[in-house]
Amino acid sequence: MSGDIKISVRNLYKIFGNNPRDALAKVRAGMGKTELQRETGHVLGLNDINVDMPSGKTTVIMGLSGSGKSTLIRHLNRLIEPTAGEVHVNGENILTYGERRLRQLRQKEMSMVFQKFALLPHRTVLENAGTSWQIAGKSKRDYADEARKWLNRVGLEGQGDQYPAQLSGGMQQRVGIARALTSNSDIMLMDEAFSALDPLIRTDMQNLLVELQNELAKTVIFITHDLDEALKLADHLVILKDGLVVQQGEPQNILLNPSDPYIEAFVSDINRARVLRVRSIMEKTADLPGAVAGEIDYDATLESVIAVSKGDTTHNYRVMQSGRQVGVLHMQDLVRALVPLKPGERTAGQQTR
Amino acid sequence: MATYDFLFDTTGLRGWCGEEQGGGLSSMADLMGQAGGPTETSLWDLPFPSLDALHEACSAIPQSRDLTRGLERGFLDIKDSLKVVVDPLTQPLSWALENALWIMQAVPWWIMIPVLLLITWAVGRSGRLVALVAACFGFLAFIDFYDHTMQTLAIIFVCAFICVLLGVPIGIAMSRSDRVQRGLIPVLDMLQTLPPFVYLIPLIFLFSVTEPKLYGIAIILYAIVPVVRLTDLGIRLVDKDVIEAADAFGMSKRQKLFGVQIPLALPNIMAGVNQTIMMSLAMVVIASLVSAPGLGVLVLRGIRSLELGVGLLSGLGIVLLAIILDRVTKAALARINAEQKS
Ligand SMILES: Nc1ncnc2c1ncn2[C@@H]1O[C@H](COP(=O)(O)OP(=O)(O)O)[C@@H](O)[C@H]1O
Ligand SMILES: [Mg+2]
Repeated sequence: MSGDIKISVRNLYKIFGNNPRDALAKVRAGMGKTELQRETGHVLGLNDINVDMPSGKTTVIMGLSGSGKSTLIRHLNRLIEPTAGEVHVNGENILTYGERRLRQLRQKEMSMVFQKFALLPHRTVLENAGTSWQIAGKSKRDYADEARKWLNRVGLEGQGDQYPAQLSGGMQQRVGIARALTSNSDIMLMDEAFSALDPLIRTDMQNLLVELQNELAKTVIFITHDLDEALKLADHLVILKDGLVVQQGEPQNILLNPSDPYIEAFVSDINRARVLRVRSIMEKTADLPGAVAGEIDYDATLESVIAVSKGDTTHNYRVMQSGRQVGVLHMQDLVRALVPLKPGERTAGQQTR
Repeated sequence: MATYDFLFDTTGLRGWCGEEQGGGLSSMADLMGQAGGPTETSLWDLPFPSLDALHEACSAIPQSRDLTRGLERGFLDIKDSLKVVVDPLTQPLSWALENALWIMQAVPWWIMIPVLLLITWAVGRSGRLVALVAACFGFLAFIDFYDHTMQTLAIIFVCAFICVLLGVPIGIAMSRSDRVQRGLIPVLDMLQTLPPFVYLIPLIFLFSVTEPKLYGIAIILYAIVPVVRLTDLGIRLVDKDVIEAADAFGMSKRQKLFGVQIPLALPNIMAGVNQTIMMSLAMVVIASLVSAPGLGVLVLRGIRSLELGVGLLSGLGIVLLAIILDRVTKAALARINAEQKS
């Protein structure tokens, strides 16, 4: 991952209970979540989290229910106070912030989209979209244009005077996204933002987010328990289990090199041909390997390559990036990559980043 | 002699009791005992070891009437100092009640009734409701209950207004702190379970019966409970997700309270106001015992001088007032609900 780090989480612990300090000592000494719960009645929410979230990219935090995803994202704007650790945003440790500065951070630098939309039911769609301006003391006249612009952008032309309850779930979440965008903050926190939506609408919303990201390049922190969604959106993938980061990195890399049986179980059900890309399994070389069957883009999915090759596994392809050869794809590697590996095995063509 | 003599004899407390065997004849039971001559009491007749029974055996133990007299004396002793504090605090209440009573009666009926109908319209936006209210007032005025009705209404308006003025902030304080809530709930429970007559007793001692604040305080104490409870409940029931969103976008506590919590709790608060008004009406009738004017006076007359007709008609008048007050506040509530759902 190149580029600046926008948010940096350092040695973050969160323990729920009456006496988190003592419990923290036990956790630092190596006690796990179940053991801690049984012995002290404290819930281990987060256990020594270290994550760097790149600026202008989408960081997806994935894990099963109860793994601490919501707890983690709520530390980024201090809706939850940590038991120990640091959270740096734009290089500043936000745990040193006073109340006023913290509210400013939440108004200007971060916005949030919620699983259950959490719109203000007594305000119109337009007023909801302008929430952050209104909190900053601006009148409706000041923010109406900006709010309308973003409502239009998310596909809610002419709905500004409706009340949230008059809209469908998908439309309400569009308002939620417009509310976040209207604040013009660099960082967007999304806690299972699409989990409550029907599958088709969900796909629409994912596409909308991808489009917006290509346009705006916000720093998005996206939470999901759905690996397909994670792989579709993530530039950087963080996998949580019982409050612990089990693996993080480039999503393709995690898919090809799962570091843990937990992740293997996660990735075993995925349609690998649709998710994996040529760049992740090609042999990185500028040399021509003798006979090639053709040229393919380095960002193409394996599925599209299979279609091109008509299933012939003997071919090799030149892999091109902006008109330049960056590698060679052996169809045999492709076929091998379609099946999850047993631990210990690694394909030759695979490169680590 | 007395049943519980043995208690003091065997425990060696006789000396503490003072003289050998109780003093002179000091209780009714003593007299009775004397009259019947000292007899062995069977187990069947064993009296409960009450203050009086123990006093018989040991005069150092007070009789129960000493207890009540002591309470009375204690209350009378602190009364003056209590009045110094309470009197100025409650003086505005007397003043408000007197003025409201005066206005509601001084304004001629052909202005007053249309004004009340206009208020009904403003609150409920329903022609049928206005017609109902007009019919009720028309009937009450027709049977010459107009003045009494206006007096009752004046008292209810003032008291319910003060209940809301005090009750909503108290409810908000309760909703924001579990400690405040835990402290106040027993007080509210007590206010709600005490029979209304019981409020009147200490108040009669504290204020003179000619002061309107006497019944004003009684009504407010009785009627304030629902608006406090439902404000607290309403704010606590506001969707946690919405509150979290308000926090996540950087709202201050104040913005949250006035921009989110109170608007979303409004249906519950209005339900509390409705109940508060209904309870004020119930109490204003009882408060006629302590010189509250209004329809209650007529009910009282019906009871005291057995004027059945007056009693029944004034009872009907109260029912009619209850119906229109309930309908009008419910209409307001329905409108708020509709606005939030829409
Ligand atoms: N306020 C709280 N008090 C006690 N335990 C909590 C609290 N919030 C979350 N937890 C616990 O912390 C763990 C992580 O919760 P959460 O972050 O909500 O998980 P996720 O969002 O991944 O489903 C769970 O075991 C949950 O029960
Ligand atoms: Mg969650």
